[in-house]
Amino acid sequence: MKKILLSLLLSLGLTGLAQAAGGNEFPWDKAPNRQGDMAALQNGAKLFVNYCLNCHSAAYMRYNRLQDIGLTEQQIKDNLLFTTEKVGDTMKANIDPRQAKDWFGGNPPDLTVIARSRAGHQGSGADYLYTYMRTFYRDETKATGWNNLAFPNVGMPHVMWELQGNRRAIFDDHGQFKSWEQITPGQLTATEYDAAMADLVGYLQWMGEPAQGTRKTLGIFVILFLLGFMFIAYRLNQAYWKDIK
Amino acid sequence: MAEFKEISPNASTGEKVLNWVDNRFPLSKMYKEHLSEYYAPKNFNFFYFFGSLALLVLVIQIVTGIFLVMHYKPDANLAFASVEYIMRDVPWGWLVRYMHSTGASAFFVVVYLHMFRGLIYGSYRKPRELVWIFGCAIFLALMAEAFMGYLLPWGQMSYWGAQVIVNLFSAIPFIGPDLALLIRGDYVVSDATLNRFFSFHVIAVPLVLLGLVVAHIIALHEVGSNNPDGIEIKANKDAQGRPLDGIPFHPYYTVHDILGVSGFLLVFSAIVFFAPEFGGYFLEYNNFIPADPLKTPPHIAPVWYFTPFYSMLRAITSEMMYALVLCVLAGAYLGVTRAQLSSLMKKAVVGAAVVGVLLMLSIDAKFWGVVVMGGAVIILFFLPWLDHCEVKSIRYRPDWHKYLYAIFVVNFIILAYLGVQPPSPIGERVSQVGTLFYFGFFLLMPWWSRMGETKPVPSRVTFQPH
Amino acid sequence: MSETSVDASKRTWLIASTCAGAVGGVAVAVPFVSTFQPSEKAKAAGAAVEVDISALKPGEKITVEWRGKPVWIVRRTPEQLESLKKTEGQLADPNSDRKAYPTPDYAKNPHRSIKPEILVAVGICSHLGCSPSDKFQTGAQPSLPDDWQGGFLCPCHGSTFDLAGRVFKNKPAPDNLEVPPHMYLSDTKLLIGEDKKA
Repeated sequence: MKKILLSLLLSLGLTGLAQAAGGNEFPWDKAPNRQGDMAALQNGAKLFVNYCLNCHSAAYMRYNRLQDIGLTEQQIKDNLLFTTEKVGDTMKANIDPRQAKDWFGGNPPDLTVIARSRAGHQGSGADYLYTYMRTFYRDETKATGWNNLAFPNVGMPHVMWELQGNRRAIFDDHGQFKSWEQITPGQLTATEYDAAMADLVGYLQWMGEPAQGTRKTLGIFVILFLLGFMFIAYRLNQAYWKDIK
Repeated sequence: MAEFKEISPNASTGEKVLNWVDNRFPLSKMYKEHLSEYYAPKNFNFFYFFGSLALLVLVIQIVTGIFLVMHYKPDANLAFASVEYIMRDVPWGWLVRYMHSTGASAFFVVVYLHMFRGLIYGSYRKPRELVWIFGCAIFLALMAEAFMGYLLPWGQMSYWGAQVIVNLFSAIPFIGPDLALLIRGDYVVSDATLNRFFSFHVIAVPLVLLGLVVAHIIALHEVGSNNPDGIEIKANKDAQGRPLDGIPFHPYYTVHDILGVSGFLLVFSAIVFFAPEFGGYFLEYNNFIPADPLKTPPHIAPVWYFTPFYSMLRAITSEMMYALVLCVLAGAYLGVTRAQLSSLMKKAVVGAAVVGVLLMLSIDAKFWGVVVMGGAVIILFFLPWLDHCEVKSIRYRPDWHKYLYAIFVVNFIILAYLGVQPPSPIGERVSQVGTLFYFGFFLLMPWWSRMGETKPVPSRVTFQPH
Repeated sequence: MSETSVDASKRTWLIASTCAGAVGGVAVAVPFVSTFQPSEKAKAAGAAVEVDISALKPGEKITVEWRGKPVWIVRRTPEQLESLKKTEGQLADPNSDRKAYPTPDYAKNPHRSIKPEILVAVGICSHLGCSPSDKFQTGAQPSLPDDWQGGFLCPCHGSTFDLAGRVFKNKPAPDNLEVPPHMYLSDTKLLIGEDKKA
């Protein structure tokens, strides 16, 4: 019997190994946690509205929900409403989907729940997005002139290139990524760019589930109540089962 | 008309109202029969919580489901957006949604543990075969309910999971493709499929489930509950005809079950509030992408609670068919040489085996995969007639029986794990062995359950006063 | 163990668990009942509407939609405003005192508006919900009295309203036309759906 269990465990282990060795996926960096940091999320919202909404929609996200990250309705109206006049409207993209298909080969996906959909065994969706936004490199063989390490042959150009600057990726003889070469500098230093992308990704993660803050806070009270209730239920049970011999 | 019971004019209003009702509806009678005078064994353990928990989860799913349907739109163009609408725009919609998605997985955790209890304590044995059969029917209905519910969010996993499973039906010879077309209502999974699955999920299957649950409980109460010692408590009654080892369900087990409920709600709430996605197992990541008929995700897997059976489906390759043919032939040989059957029956066994082997070699392995997957659930129905052990409960069985059950559990879990993983050569081999073990456990049970030294079964239950 | 202490402990914990259960029950019920409230989508669709009235000429009426209802904006001429005094005796509720559709404080005046010349009213008859027709021309007309000063006539059951939306006596409609919450963002920009109290 022990032998059976051992061989079963062994086969499990082998399966796991086989899987790990098989991928040539680019490893994801850990996205810094920006949830709860209102200033960072607001900065992320600003970056999102200015850079992403040109092509991508966030069709399930209403502008006035941004009040949950500390903005007033007036601030939203003054600074973030580009595609509509009403603060209760949803974030639609600037672009016409048919033009997008023409120019990029496909309609840029909606980003409302992108952070929830991109999670995988390498980490959370935020980790993927954080890696993705920071690993664009110049590639003359592509129509857009850009390629990406986390999402090879992506149809999206490096929208933030002015902030990060032009970079080239150096590969070794096996085609694995080795190092970066900065061709022209960007407006931000590498650390500043990383921080900005962390803010943007933090915003995307928040936008994927705006109720997450409330959910966790409420959860603490619910668990505390249930612990108390379980204690009462335990004593009630004891009071009755004392009779049973 | 039954005799009217008259009540004294001095009785309280409450008593008079109750008397009025009791003269027209068996309210007090049912209360006594199923609660205050339903004598259940006093030695129930942790595994006996899961029946009432299953009922609780059913109620949770129905109530949350009712509130979700107020806002959900069963239209291929609107469904995905309507779920995000519930998550964002409906006040507290996110809570209702998470309760429903967690409840679906919780239902299967509870039901698997509930069935496991039945397995190890022999709760399916005479006279409780019908309780077990209703239970297996509930399990089947539950799988259908969960499968159809999963299509409704109309995400990538919803769409492609449904596409794959419905295509399984097209593997049936002759009628397959037409049957799949009939189920889908279209050439591919589409709006037509969504609408009919919505109808089944919201009303048709829940009604069936409710009916089966009522039948399951009535059948149980008719014969009385089993217990961890597998002893029939009705064998030892006191002067009033009450089982010596029995206690009234109410108040003892109603109060006991409240404790179980509070523990369950604690775990349930921890998941709902802190980990509703549960690592992508309860809410799969791919399902946050709207369904795209033109793009299949690189890795489709059914939801975790279906994966053991999915593993078995994938294990049936053309190679495996040869192993299965050998099993059929071996089974026929054993049946003819060892079993006590009439000569007519033996000829029938040989004939069936020959026909079976011919069919197995001529029809695609794909079809047999479906047969095996379905068979893995159907075989449960036959358990009362497969188990030939003298004793009901695992407590009094030979020790090696216990190890066999342990391996069965580990095997089931391994099959589940492999079903979640993408296919691999080692995974294929392991799941093939696992499938053979699963079926061997049941099909060979008439023989192995008779082997070994059972321990003496006490006449009274083993109970530690609390 | 004496009878009373056993019963006492059962009673204590029964009361405790019933109370806790009731609290828990209410706590669960509240979110579920709240899902009935208007969603963000409904609130956004029902949001206040901005109207530019710079091009509205005297004697002209425009209609805008707010919360699915028609809202009339009429720029009344000085003669039309004068005529409001003549109708006062024939009205059911000349001071807009009735509570069924409470008139906002800023419209509790003879012209029922903030700016005397601009009438803002919901164009739905207070009888059974039809939308009355404009009858701005004075004088005798079918279904109207000979001394008709101008106003609105509901085609469904004949209720009449004056140019301040006030209902005439002895008509099926019991209430004056509803004045929605509204405010002026500037001399030419009207916001319907919100007022300064909000």
